Amino acid sequence: MSKEEALYRYVLRLGDNALVLAQRLIELVAHGPELEEEMANANFALDYLGQARMFYSYAGEVEGEGRGEDYFAFMRGEREFANFLLLEQPNGHFGDTIARSVLFENYYLLQLEALTRCIDSRLAEIAARSVKEIRYHQRHDSQWLVRLGDGTPESHERIQQSINDLWPFTGEMFLGDEVDTVIREKYNGPDLGVLKTAWELRTLGTLKEATLHVPDDQWMHSGGREGRHTEHFGPLIAEMQYMQRSYPGLNW
Amino acid sequence: MQTSMRPGLLLKQLDSEMTKQDWPLYEVFIRTKAGLSHRHAGSVHAPDDEMALDHARDVYTRRNEGVSIWVVRSSAIVASDPEETAAFFEPAKDKIYRHPTFYEIPDGVENI
Repeated sequence: MSKEEALYRYVLRLGDNALVLAQRLIELVAHGPELEEEMANANFALDYLGQARMFYSYAGEVEGEGRGEDYFAFMRGEREFANFLLLEQPNGHFGDTIARSVLFENYYLLQLEALTRCIDSRLAEIAARSVKEIRYHQRHDSQWLVRLGDGTPESHERIQQSINDLWPFTGEMFLGDEVDTVIREKYNGPDLGVLKTAWELRTLGTLKEATLHVPDDQWMHSGGREGRHTEHFGPLIAEMQYMQRSYPGLNW
Repeated sequence: MQTSMRPGLLLKQLDSEMTKQDWPLYEVFIRTKAGLSHRHAGSVHAPDDEMALDHARDVYTRRNEGVSIWVVRSSAIVASDPEETAAFFEPAKDKIYRHPTFYEIPDGVENI
């Protein structure tokens, strides 16, 4: 795989992760449990959407075939999206949403921090800009995890169940493939082994503070990177792509 | 409620304390830029102090309004009583000599 091909695919995946989580959070707009959390959620959703746009635009430039953010978001099929399966999981209740965000953000923050030091200056710039947003998301969502876990018996039980349900989707984040190898070796990108150790340290620390535990069963899902999605993904992109599919080329 | 308690315990205590499960109210003060003073921006509900700071950030600084935030439990603010407005404030109304308006400003002084 050429350097350029790997960069294109890597940046596209970053965009896919950001867009799919943005879409999930956007589904919650106007359904927040409190006005203040409503604002936080909408802010976060727009942060992710903005990041997806930057990644997609840059992926289009690297590819050099005239495809841009709208194409990548709205005109690709289900199998062409390479987001983590974790991110397409339904919002569930507030605790499910928080648990999903914490598990991902602990990873994404480390990934972005590493990418600020990569030798591709455009990717490093986008990472530097995004890392500030995600640092706050991670702080806010981790605080909620601690409050729910170490809260009432009911909140504890429910957030532990959220962790149990979502944990099997975390293994995929560290699998890596040829794209990750090229990014690490040719662009000074993140080392997934190092990232995994740091992620575990941070995540287990937060879970401990929240009086929660990692489920015993360590079986893990995978397939997102190859475009093999869970059954929740089809409805998600159907809703997301509806306008462009029905009215191709439509502009506001 | 003590702010030094573990966050989860605050939620627990809140749960047992309150029959009506509303979060307590906090007043939010924002400093718009270094050198200026904090100004009251509004209020938020939050389960505890740390979350109140997050909520204030998310609700009141979305459009780059601030560089510093203070939050304080509304219940911790001691306010003057509207019924005592006359006793509190009216005596100052006819003390014009308290305003520095009786001085001749020397020539050459631009700002005073």
